[in-house]
Parts: sequence; C-alpha cells; structure tokens
Amino acid sequence: MIEVQNLTKQYGAKTAVNNLSFTVNDGEILGFLGPNGAGKSTTMNMLTGYISSTSGKALINGIDILDDPIGAKKNIGYLPEIPPLYLDMTVKDYLNFIYDLKKCKLPRKAHLEDVCGLVMIKDVYNRIIRNLSKGYKQRVGLAQALIGNPPILILDEPTVGLDPKQIIEIRTLIKKLGKKHTVILSSHILSEIQAVCDRVIIINHGQIAADDTTENLTKNISTDHKLIARIDGSREEVLKTLKNIPGVVSVVADMEREKGIYDYEIETREDVDIRRELFKRIVARNWVILGLKTSEMTLEDIFLKITMGDNVVINTKKKDAEAKAAEADEKAEQYDEKAKATDAKAEEYDKLAEAAETHEKEDEE
Amino acid sequence: MGAIFRRELKAYFTSPIAYIFIAVFYIYTSTYFVNYNLYYGNTEMSYVFTSAFVIMMIMLPLLTMRLFTEEKRLRTDQCLLTAPVNLFSIVMGKFLAATCIFVCAIAIYGVYIITLVALAGSVAWATVFGNLIALLLLGASFIAIGTFVSATTENQVVAAIVSFIINIAFYMIDMLAGTVKLDWLKDVMSSLGFYTRYYEFSTGIFNTASLFFFVSIIFIFNFLTVRVLEKRRWA
Repeated sequence: MIEVQNLTKQYGAKTAVNNLSFTVNDGEILGFLGPNGAGKSTTMNMLTGYISSTSGKALINGIDILDDPIGAKKNIGYLPEIPPLYLDMTVKDYLNFIYDLKKCKLPRKAHLEDVCGLVMIKDVYNRIIRNLSKGYKQRVGLAQALIGNPPILILDEPTVGLDPKQIIEIRTLIKKLGKKHTVILSSHILSEIQAVCDRVIIINHGQIAADDTTENLTKNISTDHKLIARIDGSREEVLKTLKNIPGVVSVVADMEREKGIYDYEIETREDVDIRRELFKRIVARNWVILGLKTSEMTLEDIFLKITMGDNVVINTKKKDAEAKAAEADEKAEQYDEKAKATDAKAEEYDKLAEAAETHEKEDEE
Repeated sequence: MGAIFRRELKAYFTSPIAYIFIAVFYIYTSTYFVNYNLYYGNTEMSYVFTSAFVIMMIMLPLLTMRLFTEEKRLRTDQCLLTAPVNLFSIVMGKFLAATCIFVCAIAIYGVYIITLVALAGSVAWATVFGNLIALLLLGASFIAIGTFVSATTENQVVAAIVSFIINIAFYMIDMLAGTVKLDWLKDVMSSLGFYTRYYEFSTGIFNTASLFFFVSIIFIFNFLTVRVLEKRRWA
C-alpha cells in the first residue's frame, strides 16, 4: 500500500512534481504514464527515498519514507530508469552483494536461484555485467529489485531496450508479480500500460492529468456517438445534407484525404444511430460512402488529448505524418532513379568487359 | 556496511588501481630502505617512514578518487541510497575499504623491521611504533579527505586533483604560517599543519593532542561526506 499526499518537488524555481496525491492498494498494478520530463522518475525517486520531497508525504505500507527511511525502504524493490549495475562484477557477485546490502534473511542460494529463474538470467549468471546486452542488463536490474521479495515494486520503464519477445516475457512476469506485490510501473509506451496495468495515472507537467482504471479511461473519453465518414461528393452540399439528418448535433469537414474527398466528423445525440439514414441519403444524392467508422479513441488518443490539449493537435500530428510520408515517397523515387542510372552503368561495364574478353580471345588465337 | 566494504575491496583488486598503488608504495619506500639502512648498515628507520609522506599525499587521492564518483556516474548510487542502509555505513564501508588497501601497503614496513632485527638484532621500538601510528593516522586522514572530495564531483580526475590540492594545503599550511602577521591566524594555521604533527609522532613522541587532531580530521571529513550525500537528496 502506497499513499502519496500532496507530494511536491521543486528544483529551484522549477516545479518538477506539483502536489501529487494518489493511493496504490495492495496487489494493484499502477501505470504511470506521461511524456518525457513529466515527473515520472522524480516521483519514483521520491517514493523510494533517493531524493527528498520539497513538501508532502509518501507513506510506504504506512511508514513515512522521510521519518523512517530504512523501515520504508525495506518494503521497496526499485528498478531505476538506468539499472544500477556495477559493470565490473559478475551477475552472481552483484546479486550476492545486493542480497547482503538489503540484509536479506531468505535462504541465499534458493532465493537467488528463484529470482534468476523468474527474470531468466540463469544462463549469464557467471558473466561480467559489462559484457551483457542491454536486455540482459535490464533483467539483472529487475532481479536486483526482486531480491528480498519486497511487497512493493517500483519499476521505472522496465521494458526499455528489450526485444519484442523479451518485452512480452517481462510484461507477463510483471503481471504475475502483480498478484503478490504492489507494483508501480512507469512507461511512455501506451500499449504496455494497457496490457499490464489495472489502473493508470497520467501525469503531465508534474500534475495528475487523469487517474482511473484503464477501461474507464477509454470508456469515458471515447465517444461512440461520433462517426467519421469519408464521402465522395461536393463538400458544401455534403455538409448541408449531413446536417439535415435528424439526430445530428454537429458536422465538421476534416481535411482532404483523397482528391476532392473529405472526412466528415459527425456528432449525434447519444441515443440515435444515424448510419442507415446517412447511407440512404447519400445514395439518394448519388454520392458514394468510401468509409464509415465510429470514432473510438485508443489510449494513445486519450493520452495525446490529455497531454496536448485537444483534437486539433492530433490532426496536425496526422498531417505532419502524412507530409513526412510524402517526403519519404519522393526520396524513394529519387533512389529508384539513381538505381536505374547505376543499372545502366553496370550494363555498359558488362558490355565493355565482354568486348575485352573477345579481344583477349582474339589475341590468344 | 559489511557488504559495501567487501564489494569495494573486491573492486580495488579487480581494477589495477590497488596493485599499482601498492607496487609504487613498495618500490618507493624500499629504495629508501635499501639506501639508508642496508647500504649504510643503519638501524635508524625515520627516513624510510617519513619518505612515505609525499608518496601518500600523491597516491592516496588515486585510491579514493573513484569511491563515489563512479557510483554517481553509473547511477549505482540509486541502488545504495534506496537500499535499507544508512548513509553513515555506506561512507564507512568505502572509507574502510580504502584504508584496508592502505594498510596492505604499509604492511611492507613489517618486512623492513624484520630484516633489520635479523641483521642488527634490534631497532628503536619507540620510534618504529610512533612512526607506524603516525602513518596510519596520516593515511586515514588523506583517505577521509579523498572520500569527501569524491562525493562532491562526478569526475574522477577532478576528484583526484582536488583532493591532492587539499592534501598539499594541509601539508604546507604551517610552513606558510610563518609569513602571516596576524597572531590568531598564525596559531590556527600552524595547528592545522599535518607535517609538524606527523613529524612529532615519527620521532617517537606520543602527543595526545596530535592523536585527537588526526582522529578529528578523519571524523570531520567522513561526517562531511555523509552530509554531502544527504544534501544531494534535498537539492
């Protein structure tokens, strides 16, 4: 159980974390989500007693981290953003050191073996940490946090640097750990949070922007009474027709997706389904519906919406992406041309080579 | 504390630094030993002991420079500072590990003493013990200073140079005292000097005030190291 009350951290004039309050219950996996520099790591460093808060309280299983740091730290396993590894040690020596450092009472050999089995580092147990790949280093870091079986795990971006297979393995592991431990997990990978966490806290500029279960968050902000239709027809006329459909609250023509074809965002009253009516009216005008979808928001959209403001920003993002794609296409074309030119040159060379060969043969004769 | 002490000690011997330190110390002091004692058949060991002052001043910063700088650079301090141990035992673990290497180095004097006893029958035991105590106190003081400096920076070279400068300052301060006109400042400066106090020990005079002086220096700098670590959490 972690209770955070009005936690604030100031670096000079800059407020890194501003009045954060939340509670994590036993056996809960909490996701900490936020853009870079939002205060995720700072908060975690405060919870683990690495840095002190400017004001506010953090209670770890009821113990204030500033009043009784040693008592509180005994309950925490911490994996910082950069795993704290002594590069000149072997995995074995390092884990034994951590075991001693944490004054662990569990049977040494069995416990270390358990932990290594959990994070799958048995095969590198006797190797020097410096020579391990990023993925293994990350897992040794995770092993370090697990030693002593602390009831609370605080993991700062635990899957950074892992390959997709390892990411899935670690996620499964975290889920498994979440059954016995209280876990706080930070990430800026949304699918990860969605896959692993029961609850999400989105922080932005050091403040909580949202705090809810993953499902609720998607449900609350997603708007299934919003439709996006791509219609082939003159823009003004389409707008007029759409607005006349009963139940429609507002219609906005989005950007031009294909030549002369627009996407229209249609907002309706919540109890009305206009899709059939929409289809009939469009067909009646001899237009074509090229696409129709309910505008369901993913956690990604929610995240952008919360951290950046509103939909407009999302759209400009899309535009940027499209512009970039176009640029990439152009470049690809240029490459093609170049490739053709080199092909031509290669052919010339071949011809020359052939000519040389025939000359040689002639000479031999 | 035990875990940190053992880890540091092992780290010293997995890197070349401990070997280099001990080797240089052995070569340097044995040159004096061979030239002053063996060559002239002399049992007076003061030269061999006092010669160590300079080499300690220069070499001990190399021993202490990585103690906290590396922790900070590799972010391993996050592991130490979030583990259920207090800052004092972290500092002491590191300080004692460095002191332990230093004791390995001055253990060579045992060989010198045994050689002299074997060759000449006896040595001036009062001076020898005085010198050994003096070396230990002086070395521990330099190590405490070096540990403190390493906690204040992330750069090993800076740590080494700054602690070297502080060591020189403590060495020279009572020599400079003569040039100062103010009486009270002169008193303060001359009482802070390492060399006079060290020299007193090395002649076999056991001055309790000097003993307290060195012990205080060791305590103060280790205490300051703890404060520096503490302060960083609040910054």
